[in-house]
Amino acid sequence: MSGVAIEVRGFSQYFGGVRKINALDLDVHRNEILGIIGPARSGKSTFLCALNRLNDLVRGSRHEGTIAVDGRDIYAPDVDVVELRRRLGMVFATPVPLPRSIFENVAFGARRAGVRGRARLEDIVRDSLENGGLWEEVKDRLGTSGQKLSGGQQQRLCLARILAVKPEFILLDEPTSGLDPISTMKIEESLRKLRRDYTIILVTNNTNQAARVADRTAFFLDGELVEAGLTADIFTAPGDKRTDDYLRGRFG
Amino acid sequence: MTVSPRAEQTVVRIVLWTLTVITVAILVYIIAFVLRKGIPALSWDFLSKNPVDMGKGGGIFSTVVGTIALTAGAILIAAPLGIGTAIYLTEYTWEGPATRVIRFGAECLAGIPSIIFGLFGFILFVTKLKFGWSILSGSLTLAFMILPTIIRTSEEAIKSVPPVYRTVSFSLGSTKWQTVTRVVLPSALPGIMTGVILSVGRSIGETAAVIFTAGSALRLPTSLFSSSRTMSVHFYILAREGISMSNAYGTAAILIIAILGINVLTYYLMNRFIKKYS
Repeated sequence: MSGVAIEVRGFSQYFGGVRKINALDLDVHRNEILGIIGPARSGKSTFLCALNRLNDLVRGSRHEGTIAVDGRDIYAPDVDVVELRRRLGMVFATPVPLPRSIFENVAFGARRAGVRGRARLEDIVRDSLENGGLWEEVKDRLGTSGQKLSGGQQQRLCLARILAVKPEFILLDEPTSGLDPISTMKIEESLRKLRRDYTIILVTNNTNQAARVADRTAFFLDGELVEAGLTADIFTAPGDKRTDDYLRGRFG
Repeated sequence: MTVSPRAEQTVVRIVLWTLTVITVAILVYIIAFVLRKGIPALSWDFLSKNPVDMGKGGGIFSTVVGTIALTAGAILIAAPLGIGTAIYLTEYTWEGPATRVIRFGAECLAGIPSIIFGLFGFILFVTKLKFGWSILSGSLTLAFMILPTIIRTSEEAIKSVPPVYRTVSFSLGSTKWQTVTRVVLPSALPGIMTGVILSVGRSIGETAAVIFTAGSALRLPTSLFSSSRTMSVHFYILAREGISMSNAYGTAAILIIAILGINVLTYYLMNRFIKKYS
């Protein structure tokens, strides 16, 4: 099924008077991978953190405009932020396993959501690790610390960890920026599989990655959306000169 | 005059090494001195029998009980208050005038001499609130005395938990309280426990604040409202009034052994805890 899952209208984000995103209009379609590219400080990460309201944790943050997920304004006063964050799982640029075992890292979100019982948790952990592409490598040592894994494994652990919460959306903030090519390939492979069941937004500083996995691509510059469209179109015939310049490596 | 880097290095190393040796030597000397004087007085009866004849004879059982009761009371009151304050200051409020005032207040509290706490406890708890010389008055006074230490060390421990842990926890759909109890506190626990143990040590060793508030009764305490004598106070009175120097040193030896034991046990438990959580 397709259709618009997230509708962003005139959205601006400020931190202590500094504007990081300016009057953004953007649609995210259901079950697509939307790639977001752009130079550093163009507002890509800020945009992701606006979607799950992690920006709320920053002192002096303020926004204008609306973001609707499934037609409901996520900044409406009656929205349960905890519930919202469960629906929009997030993987960060630097993998951060919590200081506990692999099993407990994956079970963390499920436990907080009130899932009880060893058997149920074991099922969830196994499914999540399989979908995150890590099960085969760690199935015999679920009790060891998540922080002892390699960087690439840690990032797949972080992916599995949000899958355990059963989100509808997966937000990835430059998930492979610190990883080697093989680990990067494994993550991209997982994303292609996950696309069937989830709507994915992939922020990346690697334009080739967007070209490889994204269905549609959006180009951000200085907190504004320059253009968004089918990945093939953006990469072969960009509508805006700035997109062309960026893709050709003239800046950023 | 110029000194070659190599010579300078040697001089600095010798000076620092000497300072370290002096520090350790003083510590070892004190412990050895107290143990040498005190150990001859030690026996099972010394630990398990109540003092007789003002402490000239018998053991120190009632003062051991008094010390444990007062210290436990103080920690039970101060730890929740102090850790709660630290959690509030670090997790539930932004840095601002209010937090600065609270922190400044705690700092001032830490600088007050213990005898002043004793006087304050005497006026407020013993006379005004009519708790009398009692374990309750003593525990409350000690609790106020150690509160700044617990707040300060807990705050530092909580602040040292990487901020990304919180972000990750929130992003996985934790509430604020879940983030604090499941992520922040387990990571901060070794630091918090260090502060609590320091406070246990201070409470056990405190004399001035306790003598004014818990009194110096030698009977075995029977309730929170019993007056009780701690080991430190017992030592002070035995030595001050020349009742029995050998029993005084025996008491001191038990005090030192207890504090060393608590430290060793804590480090052991802490290491096990850290291994489990990382």
